[in-house]
Amino acid sequence: MEKNITTETYCNLYRSMKNIRYFEEAIQTLYKKNEIRGSAHLYIGEEAIAAGICETLDKEDYILSTHRGHGHSIGKGLDPKYMMAELLGKEHGYCKGKGGSMHIGDSKEGILCSNGIVGGGMPISVGAALSVKLHKKDNVIICFFGDGAVCQGNFHESMNMAAVWKLPIIFVCENNQWAISTNTKDTVAAKDVADLAKAYGMKSVIIDGNDILKVYETALEMRDEVIKNQGPVFIEAKTYRLSGHYAGDSEIYRTKEEILEAWKDEPIIRFEEWIANNRPELIEKFKEIEQECRLEIDEAVKFALEDSDPPVSTALEDVFTYGSAWERRDVCERNYGKTGN
Amino acid sequence: MGVHGRGGMFVREITVRQAINEAITEEMTRDSNVFIMGEDIAQYGGSLKVTGGLYDKFGPDRVRNTPLSESAIVGSAIGASMLDTRPIAEITYFDFVGVSMDQIMNQAAKWQYMTGGRVQLPLVLRTQGGGYRGNGAQHSQSLEAIFTHIPGLVVVMPSSPFDFKGLLKSAIRDNNPVLFIEHKMLYNVKGKVPSEDYFIPFGCADIKREGTDVTVVATSYMVKLVMDMADELNNQGINIEVIDPRTLNPFDFETVKKSVEKTHRLVVVNEAHKTCSFAREVSARVVEEMFSELDAPVLTVGALDVPIPYAKSLEDYVLPDKQRIMDAIKKVMKY
Ligand SMILES: Cc1ncc(C[n+]2csc(CCOP(=O)(O)OP(=O)(O)O)c2C)c(N)n1
Repeated sequence: MEKNITTETYCNLYRSMKNIRYFEEAIQTLYKKNEIRGSAHLYIGEEAIAAGICETLDKEDYILSTHRGHGHSIGKGLDPKYMMAELLGKEHGYCKGKGGSMHIGDSKEGILCSNGIVGGGMPISVGAALSVKLHKKDNVIICFFGDGAVCQGNFHESMNMAAVWKLPIIFVCENNQWAISTNTKDTVAAKDVADLAKAYGMKSVIIDGNDILKVYETALEMRDEVIKNQGPVFIEAKTYRLSGHYAGDSEIYRTKEEILEAWKDEPIIRFEEWIANNRPELIEKFKEIEQECRLEIDEAVKFALEDSDPPVSTALEDVFTYGSAWERRDVCERNYGKTGN
Repeated sequence: MGVHGRGGMFVREITVRQAINEAITEEMTRDSNVFIMGEDIAQYGGSLKVTGGLYDKFGPDRVRNTPLSESAIVGSAIGASMLDTRPIAEITYFDFVGVSMDQIMNQAAKWQYMTGGRVQLPLVLRTQGGGYRGNGAQHSQSLEAIFTHIPGLVVVMPSSPFDFKGLLKSAIRDNNPVLFIEHKMLYNVKGKVPSEDYFIPFGCADIKREGTDVTVVATSYMVKLVMDMADELNNQGINIEVIDPRTLNPFDFETVKKSVEKTHRLVVVNEAHKTCSFAREVSARVVEEMFSELDAPVLTVGALDVPIPYAKSLEDYVLPDKQRIMDAIKKVMKY
């Protein structure tokens, strides 16, 4: 699978995957200790997709994420410290504790939104790409979504609109085979999700989403393709959701054997094995990275646990931004001209 | 034909339709990041005939016909607004917002808040509602209360060409998602509009007529109905004060409060179904906050609680009319 990938890229990909994995494991632990409110959807087993794709992106390429979004945010370079604080509902979380696990967004950091509504981000990605096109920039928008979202009207409206307007989007379907307890084969009529994209005239590919180098190379090619040909493309990355739908899921809908079987194919060990066989000189470096990631996430947890609760007064802030339209002035027909307006 | 107004500026008589078109034209001319999109709005000028001429002026990039996809129309406006453009999206009929409801209530209304202000959504969603035209139950609704119920949306509902233009210009320049509600019966209504730039702020009601006996708060097309009967009521010895809030969120309660402190009587008129309507909200708030000022119960006027029927006789019966509004005003005078 190797092409002209630099040592730095190998290391970045590994670091990104490891950070995501440790972050998610930390969430699992915190969840068991009742430190996490609501639900947290873990990305364990799918790390290669976020890591591989985000590694190819420019600062001004924007991503849109989902309810299972921690991996995308970390992949895009958000600081695990502030992410962790957000998940713990703390003052210095990315969203000041107002968003939580499912709603991380920061346009300056390149993530427009995650989304608690399945498929809800897809039409938004179309508009983001429209803006890129109107500004004539050589950037792309990455729209991540799961196989469950494929069943939403928004999927079809967005794919169609992106295609007729020839917008710079890479649609990335993370097909982890499950939508809560329902298997994709029982919900999606097409044999492969990628077939649906062909109906909209898009170039679409199916890849092994657990093969980090394949993901990375595909994303590079597709990004070039989008910028060169001006139009959306589609990647269906086949993967498997190794954790429950959310931390604490009973998982009665699938067998232990199925999960154990899937663990054999998980992306991080696969990458480590590949490195051992093909770039053994990097083994030591990878061990260092592993240690650094563990430390970084441990520190993130410590930071988040020690951070303070948001002051209640902030609950009333950020509903609106107050510009000049909000300044009280008497502008009305009757006295227009009298008051100097 | 124009005349010089009091402040020395040039004032013309134009229709609501022209006022909206002018506001969009001026803002698109000023700021190349403003663009419009919607179904059939380009060469055709829109089903509402509001966007005529814009396509020729600004071209296909900035005057965009969209596929028939209301969810994607609103969603793409949101996404574009997140990245330094200022979209104005048109949803042809208010009734169609049902199709894009998630994008409005869970996305547009919430992203600024959910991200603690890290994302901004400077977008305007224009739509057209209301009845009296025999358009039937799926093309005649007044759904504003659904949106005032959802924190995070500026809800604008003007009644005169002057207010339409000044508020739309404010909406386009504002950095929040704005739902801008037009009424099908108002498009051809004429009124005085200055030719120079002016902006009407949000949350500032307009006292359309000063009076002493009863405060009548009315919105959108209802303002016109009420204003048209004000002289007749005056001849019968009832001097009404007419308040048009112009924006429902933010809502200018202060102006209503001051007026009720003067008149001690209040009638609230809106076209929407009475149950859970904005009129009932105003009524409830006045009762909660200034009960002791009232000399009479607050009365509300709104559509009967059935879908808007097609036949003229039925639609006339279901929607608020002159008689019903007058009856309410006379009734509060009896106390
Ligand atoms: C519109 C909507 N319907 C239902 C849900 C509840 N829900 C949350 S995640 C989920 C499954 C989504 O499956 P998929 O898109 O494949 O993503 P995955 O969870 O597998 O990553 C469902 C049904 C929701 N959040 N939004």
